Amino acid sequence: MTQAGPAIHEIQESLPGHRVVLRDGADITLESGATLGPVTVAYQTWGTLNEDRSNVVLICHALTGDQYAVGTHPITGKDGWWESMVGPGKPIDTDRFFVVCPNCLGGCMGTTGPAAVNPKTGELYGTNFPVITIRDMVNAQVMLMDELGIEKILCVVGGSMGGMQVLEWAARHRERVESAVCIAGAARHSAQNIAFHEVGRQAIMADPDWCNGLYYKEGKRPESGLSVARMAAHITYLSEPALWRKFGRSLQDRFNKSYGFDADFQVESYLRHQGSTFVNRFDANAYLYITRAMDYFDLETEFDGDLANAWKDIETRFLLVSFTSDWLFPTSESKEVVRSLNRAGANVSFVEIESDKGHDAFLLDEPDLFATAGGFIDSVAREAGI
Amino acid sequence: MSLLSGARDRFILGENAFGLRPDLGLVASMIEPESRLLDVGCDDGALLEYLVKEQGCDGRGMEISQTGVNACVARGLPVVQGDADRHLVDYPDDSFDYVILSHTMQAVHHPRDVLGQLLRIADTAIVSILNYGHWRARMSMVTRGRMPHTRTLSTPWFETANIRPCTVRDFLDLTRMLGIRVGRAYGISKGTEVTVIKPNFEGQANLFSEQAVFELFRPEAPKKRRGKPRGG
Repeated sequence: MTQAGPAIHEIQESLPGHRVVLRDGADITLESGATLGPVTVAYQTWGTLNEDRSNVVLICHALTGDQYAVGTHPITGKDGWWESMVGPGKPIDTDRFFVVCPNCLGGCMGTTGPAAVNPKTGELYGTNFPVITIRDMVNAQVMLMDELGIEKILCVVGGSMGGMQVLEWAARHRERVESAVCIAGAARHSAQNIAFHEVGRQAIMADPDWCNGLYYKEGKRPESGLSVARMAAHITYLSEPALWRKFGRSLQDRFNKSYGFDADFQVESYLRHQGSTFVNRFDANAYLYITRAMDYFDLETEFDGDLANAWKDIETRFLLVSFTSDWLFPTSESKEVVRSLNRAGANVSFVEIESDKGHDAFLLDEPDLFATAGGFIDSVAREAGI
Repeated sequence: MSLLSGARDRFILGENAFGLRPDLGLVASMIEPESRLLDVGCDDGALLEYLVKEQGCDGRGMEISQTGVNACVARGLPVVQGDADRHLVDYPDDSFDYVILSHTMQAVHHPRDVLGQLLRIADTAIVSILNYGHWRARMSMVTRGRMPHTRTLSTPWFETANIRPCTVRDFLDLTRMLGIRVGRAYGISKGTEVTVIKPNFEGQANLFSEQAVFELFRPEAPKKRRGKPRGG
């Protein structure tokens, strides 16, 4: 289908917030060995940086998140994705901390990614964009911190893919990470999760409007493919109890079954809505690239098959949080990390929070999450004299 | 600060400057400063905080309840949610100098396995128990024909977490069965009155102690101290 309205890169370039070109526009080398440059990182900040630059909290967003953790989202007009956690008096207290949230490398909200223009060619990257990894995303964040003149980060925090980045930060840049909060995360992507991602990618690539990744040129976008990818993924973010509580087997706007393939059930209608609204704010190619980055993440293998090697003599303080009904990043994944930290004698706290909301619980109103994370960050800050 | 005062074999637990409950103060007095330790069933972290902040220990905790973990984390203590039956296996051999298990032994499903785990991950364990052999508990059974209902055993049978009630004698029998060596041993009554449990006077301690605290050593290897904690 033909797309009306401004082109994707025009939308991106008009988004509000900060932007910085890394390393004066020099190429950066990716984990794959490919080079990419110039790299721009779009980011938001809240709060005030203190004099000795010691009150920095870095937020790493999840797969379909972005830098707009707080405040009205410029595209959807909805609240930021982590309003519950970040703000004045909230667990990540913006009256106290200088909070930075960058759009990840490969993202589609202003940071260099497949939906951005390659300054060298003047053309959109599309599938000419190199494959990136979680390590590349974190490296871009490290360079962003350099640009901002921030050496030490009081707390790196993130959920899901953000949690992967938190572990990557701690494993490879420990000297800059005072504390790390990994919520519903994992040190490697499971086979089941890679499988789910592959379903999403195949849905996008099977859409004729994907045009081998060059849909921007054709003035199209693979809406049905991306929408199906989102629908499938969205199921994995929830749980049967959460779906049942919300929808059960209730019918949508009708009293009887239609004996057809309309969205008879409320749950179908909900998923279709999730899919169709997602395509307005997310780029299909960015979805391909970021899911790939998550699939490739395997910290354990990178540290010779024992994650404890990553934490030897580490002074970073860790908090890991999982949710009982999360089957995408289950408790067992967090525990694996906790065990490795214990093996290394690291300073680690861990809680499994009782919730029936599935993986998405980390974005929702979970008082125990706020109490645990808030208490942890507060204690780290007090120890640092903030 | 003086934790203990009185005669050699009997003494009264004094006030702890840190505000620690007297029996926890006794446990704390059995731990070498600056050692590495794990407090299993650390509750709200009161003992752990004292050992870390006042005694310079490198302390870790394990706690089953969400509220307990939250309280500990808010105090800045490294505590993982878990229970003694299932999660002690996560720690490597000799991870700690001490493992503390206070008032938790009787709430676990497999006390024998837990004891084995404690002395696998540390060479010294400090274990405290509630004593069902105390004369009041016995009286309760004999005269009323009912499960003990006393000052220290105040939760009714259908609600108590103590699914493995035992006496001082029962517990010491288990240590002998497993070849575990017992070091210092104390009986506590009325919260603060301590009696040293001597090898041939177990029966007396069993009758007059409401709680007991034992220092336990791994069967084979001799006791060793690692001094300064390693790692961060």
